[in-house]
Amino acid sequence: MMGNQACTEGVIAAGCGFAAGYPITPASEVFNSLCKQLPKAGGTLLQTEDEIAAVCAAIGASWTGLKSMTVTSGPGISLMQENIGLAVATETPLVIVDVQRLGPSTGVPAVGMAGDMVQVARGSHGDYQIIAICPESPQEMFDMTVHAFNLAEEYRVPVFVMAEGFIGHMRERVVIPDESQIKLVNRKITQGGETSTRCDFLDPDVAPMPVFGRGFKAHVTSSCHDEHGTRNLSDPDVMHRYIMTPIQKILSKRDRIVEVEADYEGAKLVLVSYGVVSRSSRQAAAMARAAGLKVGTLRLKTAWPFPDKEVRAAAESADFVLVLENNTGQMYPYIKAESAHACKIDFLGPQVLGQIHDPQYILAKIREIMK
Amino acid sequence: MRPQVKKTTFCPGCGAGIITQALLRAIDELGLTMDDCVFVSGIGCSAWIPSPLLNADTLHTTHGRPIAFASGVKMGLPDKHVIVVSGDGDLSAIGGNHLIHAARRNIDMTVILVNNGIYGMTGGQTAPTTPYGLTTITSPYGNAEHEFDISALVVAAGASFVARWTTYHPRQMTKSIKKGIEKKGFAMIEAIAQCPVQFGRVSKQGSAVNMLKNYKQNGIRVEKAAKMDAAELQGKIVEGEFVDLDKPELISSIAAALQGRTGGNK
Repeated sequence: MMGNQACTEGVIAAGCGFAAGYPITPASEVFNSLCKQLPKAGGTLLQTEDEIAAVCAAIGASWTGLKSMTVTSGPGISLMQENIGLAVATETPLVIVDVQRLGPSTGVPAVGMAGDMVQVARGSHGDYQIIAICPESPQEMFDMTVHAFNLAEEYRVPVFVMAEGFIGHMRERVVIPDESQIKLVNRKITQGGETSTRCDFLDPDVAPMPVFGRGFKAHVTSSCHDEHGTRNLSDPDVMHRYIMTPIQKILSKRDRIVEVEADYEGAKLVLVSYGVVSRSSRQAAAMARAAGLKVGTLRLKTAWPFPDKEVRAAAESADFVLVLENNTGQMYPYIKAESAHACKIDFLGPQVLGQIHDPQYILAKIREIMK
Repeated sequence: MRPQVKKTTFCPGCGAGIITQALLRAIDELGLTMDDCVFVSGIGCSAWIPSPLLNADTLHTTHGRPIAFASGVKMGLPDKHVIVVSGDGDLSAIGGNHLIHAARRNIDMTVILVNNGIYGMTGGQTAPTTPYGLTTITSPYGNAEHEFDISALVVAAGASFVARWTTYHPRQMTKSIKKGIEKKGFAMIEAIAQCPVQFGRVSKQGSAVNMLKNYKQNGIRVEKAAKMDAAELQGKIVEGEFVDLDKPELISSIAAALQGRTGGNK
């Protein structure tokens, strides 16, 4: 099955009730197949006039209590940025699948690159914290799409599935478990009461959501607001809570959210990667080990919140960290900040940007470092 | 009104109060409660009519996007009345694309577009609705751009119901809002509203009372306007209901299409 189709299966399996989208390569197959499959699963869709409207409609639908999503690529994410900020500020559960492509600008639509790793976390104005996870295979396009909905529902936050064009268009065997085997999380809904006394927002342990249409008289604004949703542009304490609590809501639970795959026991050199590059990284490490070189791997399944502790632990156990990314080093500064105190660190992009790292090419770099 | 809201943000003489009355009277006269409605607004003075004033589900969003948010709300709650209240800058400038496409889709919602002909909240800048030649803070030598006829635009885009009234005609406005809410399809009521603080100053029309007198003098019914030529219509505000028709609405159409397919009648 194609990675993008596996994503669609994940959207259905997660119980998504609304999807909005606008055509864009290399993500289109997800929305195309959703148009056929989601209505049969009881959901609705809207093909919008642009990606701005897509993310807005998905946020609006999420406030009606439906699990909601949109799917796009880098140029679409750029257009969505303002209202990604709104989703953060209003604590709206939302899944955004980003099948990344070569940029900047219109770039090369059909060539995958991890071009949006920082813009999904830092691209909207102001300070905030989202969750982003990185599949490396069509199987994980399914698994992580379901997981993304669960995270979004649990933490009332936008969650990004950071696929790349390569994974979206890759065809591999995908196992879709029986419905009963798939764990699903649903958001907590408020019990009601007066808006003026109810806590609908700004709870570090995630406030129950006052979804629309049930008489809760929810007061939702993306402007600075207090726990009841009341706009407040004058009280510095409220401003502080408006910024900090949604960040702390995620960071205080980071140990439950962050996932890595660590395989570097006894290694002198650790290859750090995420997404499709992790496949090349594992193969290069296996080849190096076969040649007697002590090489390990650390794969970041979660990109945001950034796995700072996990990277630090790897750096402190090794002599060298080599960062592999299918871009010019978007996550490298963050990895370097957690590693440079403990060991040497370097970055290795693909041999030609827009191509998947050749394991032989990684091995040559390993030999050069370890000679 | 939300019990905790003790004051409005509107300037003295603002037209927003008359429009708020017209909207609430329409809801009341239709026998609806606030729980039957969801209100969505964007950025600008008139976006503050529903939020925080109205004691209902309210979603106060980013500049230009309320119709896009409202589309998602309506798809999630097809049995509720989704009502967008926002300004001419919000809905026809930065959000113009969402306005015409929602009208084209004929999604069932009611848009109250408050048109004061200027950017009021940000200090009197030229809007797409500012009259040609008018001097504003961003057109210090006179506005070189032509103004939008928003109602005509939305009619052309395919809306089911479009009406325009000034704040001098609150009863007619109320009646049209009622029709808009009851209409199964996209409905827009363009509410021409006085902004004495910004528009009144630059247009030399002065106070709210003078601006309302101006609406009274220059307001002309669409039926009468149809018999006048362009020169005669210069400076006039054409009012009334421009379109009121029944055609398939988006969400019903989606359901019907799905029904047809599952019914296997292909």
